[in-house]
Amino acid sequence: MSDALLDRIAAANDLQELDSVRVALLGKSGEITAKLKSLGSMEPETRASEAPKIHALREQVTAAIGDRKAALEAADLERKLATEKIDLSLPAPESVSGTVHPVSQVMDELAEIFADLGFSVAEGPEIETQWYNFTALNMPENHPARAMQDTFYLEPRTPDEEPYVLRTHTSPVQIRAGKDRGAPTYLIAPGRVYRSDSDATHTPMFHQVEGFVIDKGITLGHLKWTLETFLKAFFERDDVVLRMRPSYFPFTEPSAEVDVGWSMEKGRRVVGGQEGWMEVLGSGMVHPRVIANCGLDPDEWQGFAFGCGIDRLAMLKYGMDDLRAFFDGDIRWLKHYGFGALDVPTLSGGVSA
Amino acid sequence: MKFSLEWLKQHLETAASAQEIADKLTAIGLEVEGVSNPAEALAPFRVAKVLTAKKHPQADKLQVLTVDAGTGETIQVVCGAPNAHAGMLGVFGPPGAYIPGSDLTLKVAAIRGVESHGMMCSSRELELGDDHSGIIELPADAPVGATFTDYAGLDDPVFDVAITPNRQDCMGVRGIARDLAAAGIGTLKPLAVPQIEAVEPCPVEIRIEDPEGCPAFFGRAITGVKNGASPGWMQRRLKSAGQRPISALVDITNYVMLDLGRPAHAYDIAKLSGGLTARAAKAGEKVLALNEKDYRLQPFMTVIADEKQVHDIGGIMGGEDSGVSATTTDVMLEVAYFTPEHIARTGQALGLASDARSRFERGVDPAFLDDGLAVLTGFILDVCGGQASAASRVGNPPVEKRTIAFDFNRTKALAGIDVPEPEQKQILERLGFELSANQVTVPTWRRDVEGSADLVEEVARIVGYDQVPSTPLSRAPGVAKPTATRSQLIERQVRRTAAARGLDEAVTWSFISEKEAEVFGGGEWKLANPISEDMKVMRPSLLPGLIAAARRNLDRGASSVRLFEIGRRYLGDTEYRTLGLLLAGDQRRREWQSGKAQPFGPFDAKAEVSALLDAAGAPVASLQVLPGAGPTWHPGRSARLGLGPKTVVAAFGELHPSLAKSLDAPPGAVAAEIYFDAIPAPRSAGHTRTQYRPPALQAVTRDFAFIIPADLASENLRRAIAGADRTAIAGVRLFDRFETKEGLSVAFEVTLQPAEKSFTDEQIGEISARIVTASEKLGARLRG
Repeated sequence: MSDALLDRIAAANDLQELDSVRVALLGKSGEITAKLKSLGSMEPETRASEAPKIHALREQVTAAIGDRKAALEAADLERKLATEKIDLSLPAPESVSGTVHPVSQVMDELAEIFADLGFSVAEGPEIETQWYNFTALNMPENHPARAMQDTFYLEPRTPDEEPYVLRTHTSPVQIRAGKDRGAPTYLIAPGRVYRSDSDATHTPMFHQVEGFVIDKGITLGHLKWTLETFLKAFFERDDVVLRMRPSYFPFTEPSAEVDVGWSMEKGRRVVGGQEGWMEVLGSGMVHPRVIANCGLDPDEWQGFAFGCGIDRLAMLKYGMDDLRAFFDGDIRWLKHYGFGALDVPTLSGGVSA
Repeated sequence: MKFSLEWLKQHLETAASAQEIADKLTAIGLEVEGVSNPAEALAPFRVAKVLTAKKHPQADKLQVLTVDAGTGETIQVVCGAPNAHAGMLGVFGPPGAYIPGSDLTLKVAAIRGVESHGMMCSSRELELGDDHSGIIELPADAPVGATFTDYAGLDDPVFDVAITPNRQDCMGVRGIARDLAAAGIGTLKPLAVPQIEAVEPCPVEIRIEDPEGCPAFFGRAITGVKNGASPGWMQRRLKSAGQRPISALVDITNYVMLDLGRPAHAYDIAKLSGGLTARAAKAGEKVLALNEKDYRLQPFMTVIADEKQVHDIGGIMGGEDSGVSATTTDVMLEVAYFTPEHIARTGQALGLASDARSRFERGVDPAFLDDGLAVLTGFILDVCGGQASAASRVGNPPVEKRTIAFDFNRTKALAGIDVPEPEQKQILERLGFELSANQVTVPTWRRDVEGSADLVEEVARIVGYDQVPSTPLSRAPGVAKPTATRSQLIERQVRRTAAARGLDEAVTWSFISEKEAEVFGGGEWKLANPISEDMKVMRPSLLPGLIAAARRNLDRGASSVRLFEIGRRYLGDTEYRTLGLLLAGDQRRREWQSGKAQPFGPFDAKAEVSALLDAAGAPVASLQVLPGAGPTWHPGRSARLGLGPKTVVAAFGELHPSLAKSLDAPPGAVAAEIYFDAIPAPRSAGHTRTQYRPPALQAVTRDFAFIIPADLASENLRRAIAGADRTAIAGVRLFDRFETKEGLSVAFEVTLQPAEKSFTDEQIGEISARIVTASEKLGARLRG
């Protein structure tokens, strides 16, 4: 009896057929239902012997239908899935990603490094008076240093206005910050500067960072240490070697030009080592007259200052070789040399992106 | 400043090598930009004797020589020089030698059928002179086989030194020698100043009428001179300095300038009318200078003139009309002191650079007029003969010496170097300073030394900056404190948000063309001396630079450009921090799922500007949308965002279509500007946030659709709905908008947040009624 029933279940080829078998066996008027019903009309002894058999049969059949159903469903799903294949090599919807300009990135790096040394970031106007840009920095009118710098002058807005200049360096921030903050002062001042110069390696606008420290007992030795510490941190190399050379800037005395050692790596000149020297920044002890122009007593306070090209730092660190491209806004260049939004320089993660 | 080692040794007794000298020069602040030795290029050339000279069998103008170059063999050379003859000594270049004057490398070759194994050279071929009339003929005692450069004294390294503007004293070889001697590279030789015997007074009267510009004017005439060629040694030194020898008189004045830093001028007396006066130029006066250019003079310029005309732009350049020439027999020397500030101003105004100007404007030694005149006279008498007149001296050069009270401890205090006092004193004395106790008297040639700091630099540079000990700054205890200001933080935050949203940061010029500025309302600041007309006006907006950059990118084939810049606008006396952004080309490229490419629209600009304002900490939810961003924007598709019409923090939208015509802006480009200065500072709340617990009950949403008047801004309706019940309504979002026959339909999804208990149907009904009432006040009508 049961084998025949089980064969019928196994023979069901789809869920529909299986359901008909289920109805035929277990439905209201199904064969097994009928047997169950017949128990009521049996003699007690017969019932006692028949009931377990009928119940067992029902359970056997129910289980067999369940198994068969699961098998048929699995087969159905497999058939269905076999038709649902897609080409996942197709491109996903495009997302755009932008970039941070190398100059901004390097400015963030500088801020991070110097924050650790206790320097804050100061700013000043780019359209500057001649007093702040020259006179206060110990470059009186007709001083030869004014001839050193090809200055952009602005047309006077009124007939008696002394022409303003586009600042030729970030050094005027020394005077402004000195006046505003007094001493002691530890700051860097990054920003745009302008010189009337345009050729393959010069652009009329570029970026500089000024360093400025006024305190008691500051010496050329502190300047040397600060620059060494800064450049080692910036280039993330311990073999950065500095060479200070006497030089001349009107606003520092003594003055020092600073060279950094370079070496050749994979055919490129990189900072570090001592195969040769390249000039990276100008510096010196703040001239007593400049300290006085900050409203401070040069007999009480002294300090150092340095100035360095940010674009040049970026080029030395990241390997761009054309300054003009910095200001072209070519998205191909920006995507290649720019930085990701999350490449935030941090001391714990490293200042380099 | 260029000079040769041999020249340096005129003033410096030293055994140091060229490399040692170069290193020391750089170490003491006289930066060596290069050392070159002309002998290196001519190393293969030998002194050789022509043994025989026969006519070339195939060519009339050629000869076949046999030459002894000391190699032990007889060398056959074909030579075209007319002066080649048997028995002469010359300069032989073997095969393999490079001939600099002809830019060729010699090789064994047959010339008209005769093999030539090298070349006998002319001066021009070896770049030793202009002579190409024949080969070099050496004196009979020249040693055959010797290296020619050794024999000719050409093995003489040339230093190229960058002199900083404060060191006029080193714009003469002697000054450099003095610095080297002070730094321990040899000893400075005494300067020989000849005694000039004169009987006659100076025949040319000199006067000063402009004592401010020219406080001292010394001079003397030398009559009966012959202005031939200067001596070979002087020519060699001048050439090492990069100067072309011209004539004895010119060369001597040049030489004394380069050797001793003392510029002078020589006038041909025959070309003068009367005496020479140092006076202020008259307005409009002109002079033809020695560079053959005309200069129009102004009254602040000092000139040297005779009774008829100007002959010299004082201290800058002599005049063509009275310059010396080969026929000059009587010459008047001018040795003057010109005031540096006057020279600088005149030189700048005329745009005229000269060796004399560069020295006078930095300040020549005011105590070296008499000696300078004597040295010049001595050379002229030696080389050109003639008779010197007595010297004429008018005025007084500013020779007052400066004395500085110097505390020798300053060296340690300022430079950080420990230099014993006696050593400091020695250094200063070797540099020409006079010491008496702690009083240091500055030599007349060191105009740049003004105070203690300068003396510290003198000591430090001679000792060497490599002696400066690297000294750590003292460090505040604890973790470094934050240093960035609020505006710096905002800028950083906004920059990185923009990059994260897909925008590329550009840096464009702060100056734009007048035309670009005009379109954006005109710039207040114009450059008086722009590099080009494209870089003339300080930008009143960041958009012109971005428009130009976007255009360039599209022209290069970019399909989509998203650029931003954070920089300044220059208006009046303030420089406003601003962000500009520009979206041009495709917002989305054509794509297999979404189909056609999508252009940017004003809502893309709005999305960016809202996100960036949020990053800047602006209260974005309370910003009003004020229609119309200004004349450069599409009037109907642009808006300002502000806390009110007076506090506008941003503008955004589609650029005015006319910009496409006037500035070649990409059509349909959308843009935005954020005005950082207008963003109000958030109230400082400290680190603790306000208390918050997510509501326990679930929020419910209800949709409302309205027909609204065409001129009603949807945002106003949205706010009205939000305001209908501030406790219950947690959010209102417009989700549908379309035109119907009855008018414009907009639909909002309103989120209601129950507090303690769930809303009853009755409560929801009441809130809905309030929403409808509030909307109707604005002319909106609930759709059936």
